[in-house]
Amino acid sequence: MAVSEEDVRHVAALARLGLGDDRVQSLVGELNGILGHMEVLQQVDVGGASLDPDATHGMRMREDVPNPIVLHRAREEFAPSMRDGFFLVPRLSTHGSTDSADDEGEG
Amino acid sequence: MTAPSLLARSAAEVASDIAAGRLAPHAALDASLAAMDRVDAGPGGLNAVLCSDVVGARAELAALSLTPQLLLSGIPIAVKDNIATLTMPTTCGSRILAGYVSPFEATVIARMRAAGAVIPMKTNMDEFAMGSSTENSAYGPTRHPMDHTRVPGGSSGGSAAVVAAGVTRIALGSETGGSVRQPAAFCGIVGVKPTYGRVSRHGLVAFASSLDQVGVFGTTVDDAALGMQVIAGVDPLDSTTVDVPVADYRAARDVAGAQPLSGVVVGRPVEYFPESLDPRMRALLDRAADHLRALGAEIRDVSLPHTSLAIPVYYIVAPAEASSNLARFDGVRYGVRVEGDGLRGMYEATRSQGFGAEVTRRILLGTYVLSAGYYDAYYKRAMAVRRLIADDFSKVFSSGVHVLLTPTTPTTAFVAGSRSDPYEMYMSDIFTATANLAGVPAMSQPIGRMDGLPVGGQLLASHFDEATMFRVAYALERALGAEAHT
Repeated sequence: MAVSEEDVRHVAALARLGLGDDRVQSLVGELNGILGHMEVLQQVDVGGASLDPDATHGMRMREDVPNPIVLHRAREEFAPSMRDGFFLVPRLSTHGSTDSADDEGEG
Repeated sequence: MTAPSLLARSAAEVASDIAAGRLAPHAALDASLAAMDRVDAGPGGLNAVLCSDVVGARAELAALSLTPQLLLSGIPIAVKDNIATLTMPTTCGSRILAGYVSPFEATVIARMRAAGAVIPMKTNMDEFAMGSSTENSAYGPTRHPMDHTRVPGGSSGGSAAVVAAGVTRIALGSETGGSVRQPAAFCGIVGVKPTYGRVSRHGLVAFASSLDQVGVFGTTVDDAALGMQVIAGVDPLDSTTVDVPVADYRAARDVAGAQPLSGVVVGRPVEYFPESLDPRMRALLDRAADHLRALGAEIRDVSLPHTSLAIPVYYIVAPAEASSNLARFDGVRYGVRVEGDGLRGMYEATRSQGFGAEVTRRILLGTYVLSAGYYDAYYKRAMAVRRLIADDFSKVFSSGVHVLLTPTTPTTAFVAGSRSDPYEMYMSDIFTATANLAGVPAMSQPIGRMDGLPVGGQLLASHFDEATMFRVAYALERALGAEAHT
């Protein structure tokens, strides 16, 4: 299950990480080196051990309602960009820009 | 009373004197701040403190009504920089959170403050707690207090260093695979990871949610037990906390008598004493076991047969969870934004420039093992083996063993920059990651030295039985006396 350059570019895209070509090449070696040590797990007799992670085992469940947390400062103080109570993001590239002077929001 | 002698006394004693008016309310804080100024800043400093809030700490102290009921009256606590505080930034040692000040505070901070403590400083760490040396901080590495060419361990290396250097008696860290116990061992202090679910993570920036716990450093067992006493307990803001009564962790601090551990069975798992273990470290563990035997404990060899699989399992499970948890750092709601080409370009620019090399590597590793075609082979497989590791502990503890004694780390503090291979660095956690995977409580305490560097002995107990773990730790600390640091 060797990791290829294509694999690294694929997972980097999934993880929204921009990587230069040099970094991609070095990561191929690093990830293959790490994953090589994981191969030992394939030899383990897992017998009756559950293969399905059980997210609810032993968990205390609560009502599915918001648990409001008091904020001691306004979002505007820590958000990179806000307007009228909304977080602003750049336009989606597929939507193009209708206003070159203001390319944030309403995307 | 001069500052150095104040820092040489236990946090409980100083808190008691402050509450009773025998010491000024600001006495411990002043001593701590003076020590911080002496050891931390500048080219020759430790670089253990990322931010301090002297004015805020003094103001908070002035407003406190200190009473004997408050366990930490006037005691300064250093806090790892991935635990949310209101008056100082919470950067997680990352560029992506540079300058970020949380709008809410962690439950553990609220509990410390409610017990009379003040929080004057945030400490350095491996970025997002990913590392074993505190070399991966965007704000520079932290140095080992006893030898500046060496690492203090990690990822909570800043908190370990300030306690080892005598800046505070108690500090908070976080554990995902050993990030409190390993630096505690390297720095010659006590470090405790509680049972999963024992301490609230509300306000702890998530790394791997099925593993993360807030931990406590102490100069001594009693300092660490006192800190844990304050922060333990169920929290409605963290659904993973469990409503199990919190015992008196300090109950054994004054237990005297020739056989205080009579009836306690201490297991020695053979897998933690491999042929490759340095014979001097083995001898220190043997000495510790001899002390425990003399105190009345039965020493029994046991087996945890899946121990060697812990690192492969850990480095699948933890990066997988991290790849999900760190998706929130995208330049939209908080933290640093780096503009790029459109929305996707902004995401990629922000994350690639905001995260360091190790965090990037683990996000990619985690994304890979969760991706279509590899999920079954890696993640699902790792979760099944994790169950086997947890079952190993259950079998040993159900066989009548109360605590386990092991080395905390395979080596003493290593030279900074000497571990460039990621997997070699990951192996630093080989004796600690098992407790996180199984969810059991564990702690490290100093048991001696090799080449002048501290060696940690690890105690592990069954779920929610921190009290027995502390009982054995108190007795061992008392029996070792000065041997623990020689």
